[in-house]
Amino acid sequence: MIGHGNTSLRVVLYEGADSAAFADSERLDIVTTLLSNGYDVTCANGRGHVRENHSQALLVLGKFIGKTTSQASDIADDAQVVIEDVTGLSTEAVVRKVEATAEQMGTTSPGGWKPWFPVIDFDRCTNCMQCLSFCLFDVYAVDSQEQITVQHQEKCKTDCPACSRVCPEVAILFPKYSKGPINGDVVRESDIQREAMKVDVSALLGGDIYAALRNRQSDARKRFSTERDESKALLERKRCLKKLQGELDIPNEVLMSLPSVGDIQERAERAKAKALNRQARSQTVQDKRTTSSPQDWGI
Amino acid sequence: MNQTQSPTNLRVVYCNCTYAKVVPEETKQHVLRELTASGIAFDAFADLCRMSSRKDPALKELAMSGDLKIAACFPRAVKWLFHAADASLSDGTHHILNMREQRADEIVPLLLEGRPLNKGVAT
Repeated sequence: MIGHGNTSLRVVLYEGADSAAFADSERLDIVTTLLSNGYDVTCANGRGHVRENHSQALLVLGKFIGKTTSQASDIADDAQVVIEDVTGLSTEAVVRKVEATAEQMGTTSPGGWKPWFPVIDFDRCTNCMQCLSFCLFDVYAVDSQEQITVQHQEKCKTDCPACSRVCPEVAILFPKYSKGPINGDVVRESDIQREAMKVDVSALLGGDIYAALRNRQSDARKRFSTERDESKALLERKRCLKKLQGELDIPNEVLMSLPSVGDIQERAERAKAKALNRQARSQTVQDKRTTSSPQDWGI
Repeated sequence: MNQTQSPTNLRVVYCNCTYAKVVPEETKQHVLRELTASGIAFDAFADLCRMSSRKDPALKELAMSGDLKIAACFPRAVKWLFHAADASLSDGTHHILNMREQRADEIVPLLLEGRPLNKGVAT
């Protein structure tokens, strides 16, 4: 989970009992503006179901007729609820009211982080651990079921889809990426070519990097080669490192010291071994099985 | 479009994909305009990816709620975003409409199908 605080504010545009309806244009304007400011909005009008309140912070906006507090207990029993009458307010004034309420309720601020992280398609994933081996930023780990998992989304480098390019099964998605199949588009036959897509990590990270770069043009016309080839993945990885260098003042010599092939393979083996050990322990002491901690599986 | 059918457990969700420019703006605007004017209740999420990253419990509740229509992006992405939030969508209970590829005038009727459309009147 990303560390943006615990509670997000849910805004409800209420048009039920004891309230007047918004004009269509007004409703659209308010919803559009709130969404673009990062707020989730529920249009509740008694015609159809909407999600229940789990956010524990609810701001109900409506054009209430009479007292507004009477609705509070009907909307959520144990949530933090604020009800505001917005009769006669402009959209800008409504947004200001929402922002002020969010601050007052201490909810998480929307925005500030583009939700960029890998999403695993477990229909395709074979648990080969190549992503774990390739990613330098510890985004991946192995869970207590010995399954690859995305454990540290926040460590993923925005706009870097390098790990998905090295996945031999096209099983890693970045929904906000521009092109398929990385964006979640259907995986076509031409994308699969499983054997051809097997990326040799040693070629990426070992002494054959430059040879791989020199040879890349042979595949240039294929979709696979444009979106999934190993040299492009390497370049992206290096670009991310360069960016990181700028942000964190990482010296050049560190960037040049990419892990050796042996190191990479060792990391993958270590992850598997930890998972196996954990599984063995949990089988032996089933009654006293402890909850796995992320640190146990961090690579 | 069936305008006479009584309300069901069907829930409608719209994702605005606020933090990226990968969904055509005109498609999002068209779908949202029609949704807000239809008079139906629905949930509009600023960004489904963000909700998934937070493992928002709302996703689990939606996944368990039965009939669900989601206007967002590629079905494969939506399916696994839900899964990443520990909220697996069951087969046959949801319909994902892809605003990255489908036209808005194709999406809207599918989204509103089976919903009562008593426009403009608060009940």
